[in-house]
Amino acid sequence: MADITIEERKKIKRHDMPNQDQFVRRGNFDEVALGYSEETARQEAERCLQCKDPKCTKGCPVGVLIPQFIKALREGDMISAVHWMKVKNNLPAVCGRVCPQEIQCEGSCILGKKGQPVAIGRLERFVGDYELRHRTCPPVKATETGKRVAVVGSGPAGLTCAVDLGRDGHDVTIFESLHGPGGVLMYGIPEFRLPKGIVQSEISYAVECLGISIRTDHVIGRTFTLDELLAEYDAVFLGTGAGLPSFMKMHGINLNGVMSANEFLTRVNLMKAYRFPEYDTPVKIGKKVAVIGAGNVAMDAVRCCLRLQSLQEQKTGGDAGEVHIVYRRSCDEIPARMEEYHHAVEEGVIFDFLTGPIEIMGNGNGAVHALRCVKMRLGDPDQSGRRQPVAIEDSEFDLEVDTVIMALGTRPNPLVFVDAPGLERTKKGTAVADAATGRTQKPRVWAGGDIVTGAATVISAMGAGKRAAADMNKFLKGEAPW
Amino acid sequence: MYRIAKKAALSDVTTLMEIDAPHVAAKAKAGQFVIVRIDEFGERIPLTIADYDSGKGTVTLIFQEVGKSTRQLGKMKTGDQISSFAGPLGHPTEIAKYGTVVCVGGGVGIAPVYPIAKALREAGNTVLSIIGARNRSLLFWEERMKAVSDELIICTDDGSYGRQAVVTEPLRELLDDRNRKVDRVWAIGPAVMMKFVTLTTKPYNIPTTVSLNTIMIDGTGMCGGCRVLLNDGAQFVCVDGPEFNGHKVDWDSLLSRLTYYREEERLAAERFGHICRLEGAAQNNG
Ligand SMILES: Cc1cc2nc3c(=O)[nH]c(=O)nc-3n(C[C@H](O)[C@H](O)[C@H](O)COP(=O)(O)OP(=O)(O)OC[C@H]3O[C@@H](n4cnc5c(N)ncnc54)[C@H](O)[C@@H]3O)c2cc1C
Ligand SMILES: Cc1cc2nc3c(=O)[nH]c(=O)nc-3n(C[C@H](O)[C@H](O)[C@H](O)COP(=O)(O)OP(=O)(O)OC[C@H]3O[C@@H](n4cnc5c(N)ncnc54)[C@H](O)[C@@H]3O)c2cc1C
Ligand code: SF4
Ligand code: SF4
Ligand code: FES
Repeated sequence: MADITIEERKKIKRHDMPNQDQFVRRGNFDEVALGYSEETARQEAERCLQCKDPKCTKGCPVGVLIPQFIKALREGDMISAVHWMKVKNNLPAVCGRVCPQEIQCEGSCILGKKGQPVAIGRLERFVGDYELRHRTCPPVKATETGKRVAVVGSGPAGLTCAVDLGRDGHDVTIFESLHGPGGVLMYGIPEFRLPKGIVQSEISYAVECLGISIRTDHVIGRTFTLDELLAEYDAVFLGTGAGLPSFMKMHGINLNGVMSANEFLTRVNLMKAYRFPEYDTPVKIGKKVAVIGAGNVAMDAVRCCLRLQSLQEQKTGGDAGEVHIVYRRSCDEIPARMEEYHHAVEEGVIFDFLTGPIEIMGNGNGAVHALRCVKMRLGDPDQSGRRQPVAIEDSEFDLEVDTVIMALGTRPNPLVFVDAPGLERTKKGTAVADAATGRTQKPRVWAGGDIVTGAATVISAMGAGKRAAADMNKFLKGEAPW
Repeated sequence: MYRIAKKAALSDVTTLMEIDAPHVAAKAKAGQFVIVRIDEFGERIPLTIADYDSGKGTVTLIFQEVGKSTRQLGKMKTGDQISSFAGPLGHPTEIAKYGTVVCVGGGVGIAPVYPIAKALREAGNTVLSIIGARNRSLLFWEERMKAVSDELIICTDDGSYGRQAVVTEPLRELLDDRNRKVDRVWAIGPAVMMKFVTLTTKPYNIPTTVSLNTIMIDGTGMCGGCRVLLNDGAQFVCVDGPEFNGHKVDWDSLLSRLTYYREEERLAAERFGHICRLEGAAQNNG
């Protein structure tokens, strides 16, 4: 198809992603989106117009060389496709699956102006998965510099930073407080959206090639302090994320059946509680669940609930459960990725929009009985232009539930700041760091990802890790003193 | 992986283990804990640092076999490896010279109270200790506790050793004793015991520190599963504690939360018992 015209390219329809059937998938934790076949991937790649001034690349927070990798892909040159991808993105199999493409690369694609953008994310996933199977383009370590770097946290920010510094020839050690690396990719985002095997092979691939060591079970601020790391290492990167869950200040939060989305998702994903008792960690949800919030975290929690209920139903034959998203704004304002919202709707999640929770009611026995809510309407826009929800008088009602999961955002965990004099924090608890270089107020310490921005995205965390690694490399080579 | 350097039985259901973990031993202080995960399938369970030896690089744990994880750990031998061992976590005990302190340890709580009593004594306090258990076979470390206490009172629920009483009885007598002025109380043990200790000291207005044993997952402040209601708001036991002012704790909500996974815990223990029997049978046959 080498010689087709632009007009012909424009006529090709965007290729749908094959998905697991919506009724089947709510009964298992297997991946929902099945991935393009090679043929479909190449046909989709034919749609790209190879713009001279590619808007898509500008829309990607790390500037993936999109037209270049797509061109190689459609010519069947997978090795080059992987190569172009890896110039900017170390974790394509992950990003292709979880990036909010509709507001990033695909949101900027020129084809999207009149019709459907190129399915960049799906192509990226195809290339990433190919590379995990074939390992054509292993990262290569430059001549060893003898410099030692500590990276704290093994989420996307820390991993990206570690890999780039490893490539530059530095000796990198990652310190991670949990028992395995990956951060939110392992404990937050569920298996059915991002298989843990994929995350682990992305990590081990890079780490093995570059000789990076990962020390799990090391809680910085407790096991070692930041100053102790600085005594041992030439430079330190902090990528500890924003893992501290917020609870609403309302009555009833300590009742049995109330938990943070982080607790619920950690049990389910990291500890594999959906396979209890084969795995030791249990998780318990009731027949009627309310998840408060409508971001990615809430969508993940609510869809895990559905699956747990179905598994339970398969085992005991009881009747199906019911799960609600309770959100005080309207459908137009939900912060989750569109694809996840659609998947949730298909799977049968009930969305209670314009509904504000005010109190959790107990059953007199220490357990949840209902979520008291009030109806909202959208009022005038505030400074940010967002219309603010306003409570409607006398519209209170009780949503009877036995489980309440709070997905209300998170803040950086303060542990890493323990005994770290000079490491400044904002009022919100985020680390103060230069946006271009990642340098903090404390000499030889860089930071990036959710610890700096608050809860954001995988790719923005990776971008921050990359920028910091570039500056750290200059610093370590004596080109950019502190 | 972390090697079990030593194992000893303290009672029928209480086991002591020393684990090789030099980086934890180097930092450990009285009052802190670790999170242990036995193997790939294991849950993350919190256990108090009962003692540590930074020279040898070992951390001592003492645990009671109450459910699946602790029973499985109890079956492991010297030389075996456990998958994860993270710590030291939580804030250390605030050791200072308070004057006269009472240290109350109930059941397996005797283990964590020991390093605290020792440190308080070394800081110049007069240490009065009370240890108790359901019966004689559950008691341990009498000699150790004696060595770090000015006085030691022992009681058992059934009177099989020491005085037949619950720990709050001798505690109240000490508080009523006009010849003494108790400045502070520490209480570690089952949540119910800690609740009654704080109810006992409350009318006397004696500051009472308890070490809470909520259900935990990560132990680093990430999940909120360990949260406890204090009269001025919720806190996370793993990062804000584990020690708290006992008079502020909402005990009923704490006790209720501890029961949330009871059914699952029973299931796991039953299944584990079954597997052990099968393995035992296979070994006997082979
Ligand atoms: C449920 C959920 C779903 C999401 N879905 C999406 C999505 O679809 N698309 C998207 O782009 N983004 C999504 N996000 C957001 C995205 O995952 C995060 O923005 C991103 O992971 C941040 O990366 P990070 O490296 O900064 O931190 P994290 O991924 O949080 O990693 C931080 C790591 O540091 C470790 N750590 C913390 N403190 C210490 C310490 N003191 N010592 C040692 N280690 C420590 C943590 O254990 C963790 O492993 C989601 C987030 C959640 C929670
Ligand atoms: C900070 C902290 C320090 C601790 N230190 C020690 C220690 O040094 N030694 C020790 O033996 N235990 C300690 N615990 C308690 C220990 O974590 C639990 O006993 C353990 O998790 C039980 O796991 P399991 O699978 O064996 O039993 P499970 O199956 O979880 O439980 C079996 C039975 O024990 C009860 N139980 C479970 N968890 C607790 C708990 N946290 N407190 C009281 N009862 C519980 C259950 O209700 C159930 O009846 C500590 C807990 C915390 C939070
Ligand atoms: S990294 Fe994310 S935003 Fe960038 S091109 Fe890939 S999918 Fe799009
Ligand atoms: S903007 Fe769209 S059409 Fe243009 S190069 Fe990028 S992906 Fe291709
Ligand atoms: S155990 Fe998760 S926050 Fe304390």
